Amino acid sequence: MGSLRGKLLPPVVAIVFSALLCSVALIISGSNPARALAAMVVQVGHNTTAVDIINSASIYYLIGIAVAIGFKMNLFNIGVEGQYRIGAVLAAIVGGELNLPPVLGQIVIIVVAMAGGALFAALPAILKVTRGVSEVITTIMLNAIAGGIIALLIKQGVFGVLSNNNIGTRPIPAADWIPGLSLGSAGTVFGFVVIAILVGVGYWVMLNRTRFGFELQASGESPTAATAGGVDAKRMIVIAMLLSGAIAGLTALPELLGRDHTYTLISPQGYGFTGIAVALLGRNNPGGIAFGALLWAFLDQSAVSLDNIQVPREIVTIMQGAIVLSVVVSYEVIRRLELAAEQRRVGSQLAAAAAATTGSAS
Amino acid sequence: MTTATDRGAPAVALTGITKRFPGVVANDDIRLTVRAGEVHALCGENGAGKSTLMKILYGMQQPDEGTIEVAGSEVRFRTPADAIKAGIGMVHQHFMLADNLTVLENVVLGAEALHGIGARARARIAELAGQTGLRVDPGVLVEQLGVADRQRVEILKVLYRGARIIILDEPTAVLVPQEVDELFDTLRGMREQGFTFLFISHKLDEVRAIADSITVIRRGTTVGTVEPKTVTSRQLAEMMVGSELPNPETRESTVTDRAVLTVAGLHLSDTGGRAVLDQIDLAVHAGEIVGIAGVEGNGQTELVEAVMGMRKADGGSVLLVGRDGAITDLTKLSTLHRREAGIGYIPEDRHRHGLLLTQSLWFNRILGFQTRKPAVNGRWLDVEGARADTRRIVEQFDVRTPGIEVPAAALSGGNQQKLIVGRELSGEPVLVIASHPTRGVDVGAQALIWEQIKQARAAGLAVLLVSADLDELIGLSDTIKVMLRGRLVADADPATVTPEELGSAMTGATTGGEVQA
Amino acid sequence: MIDMNPPASVTRAAAPVKRRIPGWANGVLWTLAAIVLLTVTADLTGLPNITATSTVQAGLQLAVPLLLAGLGGLWAERAGVVNIGLEGMMILGTWGAAWAGYQWGPWAAVVGGIVFGALGGLLHAVATVTFGVNHIVSGVAINLLGAGVAKYLSTLLFTPVSHNPRQSPKVDSFDTYSAQPLADWLGDLEKQQRYVISDVAGILHGVLSGVSPLTMITILLVPATYLLLWHSRFGLRLRSCGENPVAAESLGVNVYLQKYIAVTVSGGFAGLGGAALVLAPGQNGYLENQTNGRGYIGLAAMIFGNWRPGGLLGGAALFGYADGLQTLTDGKTVLGLFYGVALLIWVIALVQLIRRKWIVGLIAVAAGGALYLLYLSIDSLPQELTTYLPHIVTIVVLAMSSQRLRMPAADGLVYRRGQGS
Repeated sequence: MGSLRGKLLPPVVAIVFSALLCSVALIISGSNPARALAAMVVQVGHNTTAVDIINSASIYYLIGIAVAIGFKMNLFNIGVEGQYRIGAVLAAIVGGELNLPPVLGQIVIIVVAMAGGALFAALPAILKVTRGVSEVITTIMLNAIAGGIIALLIKQGVFGVLSNNNIGTRPIPAADWIPGLSLGSAGTVFGFVVIAILVGVGYWVMLNRTRFGFELQASGESPTAATAGGVDAKRMIVIAMLLSGAIAGLTALPELLGRDHTYTLISPQGYGFTGIAVALLGRNNPGGIAFGALLWAFLDQSAVSLDNIQVPREIVTIMQGAIVLSVVVSYEVIRRLELAAEQRRVGSQLAAAAAATTGSAS
Repeated sequence: MTTATDRGAPAVALTGITKRFPGVVANDDIRLTVRAGEVHALCGENGAGKSTLMKILYGMQQPDEGTIEVAGSEVRFRTPADAIKAGIGMVHQHFMLADNLTVLENVVLGAEALHGIGARARARIAELAGQTGLRVDPGVLVEQLGVADRQRVEILKVLYRGARIIILDEPTAVLVPQEVDELFDTLRGMREQGFTFLFISHKLDEVRAIADSITVIRRGTTVGTVEPKTVTSRQLAEMMVGSELPNPETRESTVTDRAVLTVAGLHLSDTGGRAVLDQIDLAVHAGEIVGIAGVEGNGQTELVEAVMGMRKADGGSVLLVGRDGAITDLTKLSTLHRREAGIGYIPEDRHRHGLLLTQSLWFNRILGFQTRKPAVNGRWLDVEGARADTRRIVEQFDVRTPGIEVPAAALSGGNQQKLIVGRELSGEPVLVIASHPTRGVDVGAQALIWEQIKQARAAGLAVLLVSADLDELIGLSDTIKVMLRGRLVADADPATVTPEELGSAMTGATTGGEVQA
Repeated sequence: MIDMNPPASVTRAAAPVKRRIPGWANGVLWTLAAIVLLTVTADLTGLPNITATSTVQAGLQLAVPLLLAGLGGLWAERAGVVNIGLEGMMILGTWGAAWAGYQWGPWAAVVGGIVFGALGGLLHAVATVTFGVNHIVSGVAINLLGAGVAKYLSTLLFTPVSHNPRQSPKVDSFDTYSAQPLADWLGDLEKQQRYVISDVAGILHGVLSGVSPLTMITILLVPATYLLLWHSRFGLRLRSCGENPVAAESLGVNVYLQKYIAVTVSGGFAGLGGAALVLAPGQNGYLENQTNGRGYIGLAAMIFGNWRPGGLLGGAALFGYADGLQTLTDGKTVLGLFYGVALLIWVIALVQLIRRKWIVGLIAVAAGGALYLLYLSIDSLPQELTTYLPHIVTIVVLAMSSQRLRMPAADGLVYRRGQGS
């Protein structure tokens, strides 16, 4: 879609609509929506909220990009949830067990995370290409199974060690951490944020400047035209899924290398659906996904302020769900309107030009 | 025109039907009269306006001018439901059947109120089948039926809804000769019972075998109505294509004797064992345009796809000779490698195979060229290079567009096609496959595309041209080959071929002498 | 020169006519085969839990929500709409069932579940049919929304009563029934631990005792769906929308309306599945995360069943049994099941080899061998993995059977009115 209006209007419409919806829900339950919004906005200035928003956004950004790569090919890699967790646990194990020197250590951990994610995406990819199994269901099943695999790996005696009443992987040595930027009492920004930004840049470069990115977009839009243009559909599916899994594998690293340094049974879960939501909101566009990630992080982190004014935090979850649904609806509606308008405009321009030159139609 | 057997008011009378679309007049003052209880054939080549006329009769389109009369009274059809109420049923060329449903279910769908969906419906279908000889097992899934049986189901569908006037759109296009005979027997039997048929077809031998009257349409208007007994196939063919064929401009032949494309023994069978491509041998030389003439559906699409690598042939070989003389065996290569070897492809369906409609023009420039200049520079996409070359194409091919950033969908068909032709002619290909390159394109764009192809030919390009437009074939080709049922059955010289010869070869009419009715 | 429809390539072939055993006979055969397999496995491995009443009862109970979710998926997909949002609709159903149930009893819970699920379905219909949104994206969004709404409403309405935002107040379940005096006799037979007979008795006893009315209703919904969709005018029109909506519209079917109805009903089924979870004996009400992926497994059961109610029943039984086995027994028993599966695979291998399908046959022999070796070499399966037995089974089943499946021809296509002419 060309016009800026076409790109910006749908998410704005979606957000406004969802906000209205949630306001109605709040009013029904007796709260004041304006107060709620004000509390959330004000919260950004308190404590470490602003830094937490940036940190969370970097996580959501990574997984959003991973999902977007799949979406560009019309692949629904819902399995990013399992892929990122497997990548994380493997990276944590390797980082903790092998005491590697700095720089080498970080690189190895990152590579292992990506490889783990890609590996977990390999099975659905192969099943889709060889047996025609829908990647939607296989990835969802694997997400659940990932939990089992992780539980198995973190058991004491396998790779787990007990510390502070919590079983987790052996802690990664400080030499292999990624230092953050400390802003005093405002919090510490994860160093991995830089890498997240680089991933975004890399995604943009891949899409717009490489043959692979071109073929990815072509296959996603029209498999028939892509085939006529020489693209190998099956190869594209497998590579796209593997790449998506690899990027997903990076998702847990900001927290792993910047704060937790170990992977436990209570390590963060559930980023998968956030990634999907953020990719949809950002329309698979590196800038849009950044905006979506920041918005999501804002909603998540500021929700704590709602407790103080007796508003159930879950209104934020509803708002997020409503945004996702309304953003896809509004993208579709606006796309149709735009296309019709574009065709009319081009048609009338050409008709004017034709009327100016010749007289009659054939 | 018509002979005198007057059985009362005609079943259908179309008078003065005119229908215009943007840029084209599809029907121009058409006149058609069908007597009750006769089989009336409507003949014309592709694009003559037959489909539009039938859509009007069936209520799917409204005429701009003219009247429709059924059994003597004037009617207006706003939707197909109105036509059905008037007793008109249409059997489309592309069947509208649900494979996973049974015959019974397909027939009663939408008309469940008539006889229910159970035993009563089954009985009614059996009754109709008995009356007309259209025997099909109602309990069988449609996907298990062969093409002839599916056609019977389509006919039963219209009969079930009470049709007495039945339009058949190219019914024999998909049938083998024995099935055609069976269909005609059925039609004759039903004619005795008072059913009226309007039969659209290209195939003159079949038309002469079954029709009581034949109306010929050319370029949107009625040429005349004749009785088969009083006219020869040659005369009919002449009515269809015109008594004069366009004169190829005298020009110097640019044909060299260096073969660029050599196809040998190419064959392909479909799942039923029918030969879709039957031992095709073909050579295209540098500086030559080889035109493939033929009614659509005789294997041309499959031939093009096999040469492009989009469809795997069962056997045979395809060789390409590059500019430097190197021979490349394309037979096992992918589409991308064939393109890189120097083949350009102008597809017959630009929306499905030629363009990414929501993407900009310069993005579309890259399609098919994502490994070569100017779209690629080293390992990276060269967006500026693609943009610059797109501007060149827009300029050189007169693509009317506000800019190169607009989505391809915003352009008209003619401009889209010019863009595609410009793209495929760039990169100095040695061979271009052009499949219906000016279908659905306005006259101005058509002329420009032809001119560009001719210039490229003069520079040594080899072109394999598939087209249903005889103007195009005669005007562009150096050699014409006629394709029928998957085989190349005739060669023709565009400078000297007569319309009868070409028409007869394309439609499979026997040549020479009278055809037995 | 207007010729708008380039001709499609001509298909000549008739698909081979298969000799058809009536569907119900097929079902009976498969059931017998399952009973034989389980019995043989239990006897040869000495693990009676494989056919124990408690296991089978649990399997049946766990199969009910899967079956309902699968029926929901069936209704939607037969009309051409892919419904990934079953999970979210099920979650809404659990909430609605608990909310109505704790106030007005189990039957109100049933109604509440259906209504809330149907609302989710309606939302999906609006998004996909009217707005033409991609079916899968809409489904994912509804899953998010369903989870969020349920959490929100729980915090709002349950916490004051149950003091726990993750749990509803107690909901009364149905009483369970058994087919007496047959059930008692079977129970006795089972206790006698006799070779083969006790195993069969165990299986039958599990199916005929401790059954709740909801289970019975669910089972009846299977033939009811079949009759409605395959033998009524409404069902014919609905299915035509999923097979060839262009043809259906040309014949006067209101495609949009049919899809709306189908998808809303689909949500209602998912909601009923949620009610089944809430009302399960021993459950007691709504619990956060109660659904645990069952919406998706139900969808897998539907695919396994080739989009037919009978096959769906088989798939749900399979996945439910796996779930019941891993819940009630231990890793050793599950491992024992592998032995049985290895035997089954070898039987299949034999059949394939007899048919001269060498490659498939050899792969099957190898797979069976691998499973058998696994059974011999380890003592029991780790509990972390057995929890996911149903999920693993789902993937394996889909991988093996996807190629011979026929989904409704126009399933998942975004349909716009008038796109035919």
